[in-house]
Amino acid sequence: MLAYRLQKRDEPWNWGAPIIIVGALVFSFGVSALLLELQGKSAVEGLLVLWQGSFGASWALEDALLKAIPIFLCALGVATAFRMQVWNIGAEGQFALGAIGATWAALNFPDLPGFLLMPLMFFCAAVCGAFWAYIPAILRLKLQVNEIISTLMLNYIAILLLEYLVFGVWKDPASFGFPVTPEFSPSAIIGQIGETRLHWGFAVCIGSGLAMWAFMRFTRLGYEIKIAGEGIKVAMYSRLPYGMLTILVMAISGALAGWAGCIETSATVNRLQTSIMVGYGYTAIVVAWLARLHPLYIGISAYLLAALRVGVENMQLELQVPASFGSIMEGLILLSVLAGQMLVTYKIVKKK
Amino acid sequence: MLESFIVPLLAATVQSGTPILYATLGEILTEKGGVLNLGVEGMMSMAAFVAFVVSLTTGNAWLGFFCGGIAGTFMAMLHGIVCITCLGNQVVSGLALTILGTGLCNFLGTPFIGMGIDGFDKFSFPLLSSIPYLGDIFFKQDALVYVSFIIPVLFMLFINRTSLGLAITAVGEKPAAAAAVGLKAVRLRWIALLGGGFLIGLGGAYLSLAYTHLWANGLSGGRGWIAVALVIFAFWRPGRAVFGAYLFGGVMAFQLRLQAIGTHIPSSLLLMLPYALTILVLIFSAVRGRSGNAPAHLGINIEPEG
Repeated sequence: MLAYRLQKRDEPWNWGAPIIIVGALVFSFGVSALLLELQGKSAVEGLLVLWQGSFGASWALEDALLKAIPIFLCALGVATAFRMQVWNIGAEGQFALGAIGATWAALNFPDLPGFLLMPLMFFCAAVCGAFWAYIPAILRLKLQVNEIISTLMLNYIAILLLEYLVFGVWKDPASFGFPVTPEFSPSAIIGQIGETRLHWGFAVCIGSGLAMWAFMRFTRLGYEIKIAGEGIKVAMYSRLPYGMLTILVMAISGALAGWAGCIETSATVNRLQTSIMVGYGYTAIVVAWLARLHPLYIGISAYLLAALRVGVENMQLELQVPASFGSIMEGLILLSVLAGQMLVTYKIVKKK
Repeated sequence: MLESFIVPLLAATVQSGTPILYATLGEILTEKGGVLNLGVEGMMSMAAFVAFVVSLTTGNAWLGFFCGGIAGTFMAMLHGIVCITCLGNQVVSGLALTILGTGLCNFLGTPFIGMGIDGFDKFSFPLLSSIPYLGDIFFKQDALVYVSFIIPVLFMLFINRTSLGLAITAVGEKPAAAAAVGLKAVRLRWIALLGGGFLIGLGGAYLSLAYTHLWANGLSGGRGWIAVALVIFAFWRPGRAVFGAYLFGGVMAFQLRLQAIGTHIPSSLLLMLPYALTILVLIFSAVRGRSGNAPAHLGINIEPEG
């Protein structure tokens, strides 16, 4: 019936990965352009506005770099868990918890000098984020509770917790009823690097990326995580502490997402409000997977997807295209990369 | 108390449990065939949107319901192309499907926000609705609820009594063995996936056609994920799925009623209830059955030979 079938390649197709990614991008842009046409908007104009907003101006490049910071940190964490085939879908919630932790420190110790308060905020953010990831980790280890669903449910709960705080106990009495906390004191705000719009959160990104790369490459624990990623049976035969490693990758994952939340609250909005929850945690999953979990590629793909978000915002302003256009593209890119991945290990041959 | 609070609450429970019931049964069928589909949330959203638009433009709610199912099937087909044909990772593909589905319906649905449709109205089922209490709870509902009473029974008969149902179960358990006795493993997986997608789509269609009668972003509100969790809670059995779906319907209805009465509990905390309950339900089923009833090859792709 079918004239073609799959045959395993003798060795993996080395040029496959970049070609597949380019192919996936072309395909996704094609389908998205078609969607624009169907909505009665010019596809060519739309893609031009998207390009302009993503790469066409210096403000766009800066905006993308700023957005890439939280996405990168979340994706770095998610990728560490994915390495062990621990499916942490909870970066969004861990991000929210990080923001809550940092805000707690900023609101309670506003008079501490920056060199004390800032580390305290990062510490609280990391602890809260790691705690939020520890819950599903321990549930999975002790009771085999599926971590995909528990992390997801914890996302919803975290966002509602954040809402509860900014609508209730932490609400700024001087905000005219808007659900925001009071603005942070100057020592709780992450400063700009020199004269640029870029803030020091960027340095945290670079540092975390390098540290993670070195950790995975040069340390025994990093090596063990990679081995454990081959599956629980392999881990048991190699006498690895599988449970401890699971908790470790989840805690790292949660702490990094927590940092992202801390940076977003402190540097971008200077207070806690619900508008920081824009789905960076979900974009992080796309980023991590496109980058095949490698820190350097995570940096590149975090930047590209952040640029896509900025470009879609531009489309929103100029062509009234809804923001959800960005998630359509993210979904399409991810689906087509997943489908294309097959070509690395298989080739299509004619049936005899 | 009974007349004024409990009976209306249980009637609301049945209504809000119905979309979850359709979706849970759909996911059970999908997983019976060995495919893990985490796209339920996106599929339900897309189906709710398609059902809404079809019903709005044709004025025929039944056609809308059917097209919602077709939308679910179409989304399941994308998952099948990625996972069954191209051997992609099922977990990530499902997530991508949810991202795509929720994005797509919000994008296409923007012009329709706030518009209303007639959809399905409640009516008293002849005779049965006059049974005391039970009649008020189960038989003063809309037509889609009545349909949902029959589906679990048909589902059970299909899975346990027909050769196709048994073959699908075999493929989920051991595709290689199923293939060895001459079953078309890949084709059976497709049937389970697409059939399950249709049911999931019907659940999504219920949301816009009977639950809200209008279109809004984020209509699904996590119900798709709850359905995925309920499959585990139900140990992949349709009977327990009914129980689970109504349990969640109950919590959602109760939470809405508490808000309406105006308690001192902040609404964000009340809204947490279904999500917290999902985790509790997973813990409960883990303690009870160690979730060991899962099809043995759930989530594992069938590699082509040669």
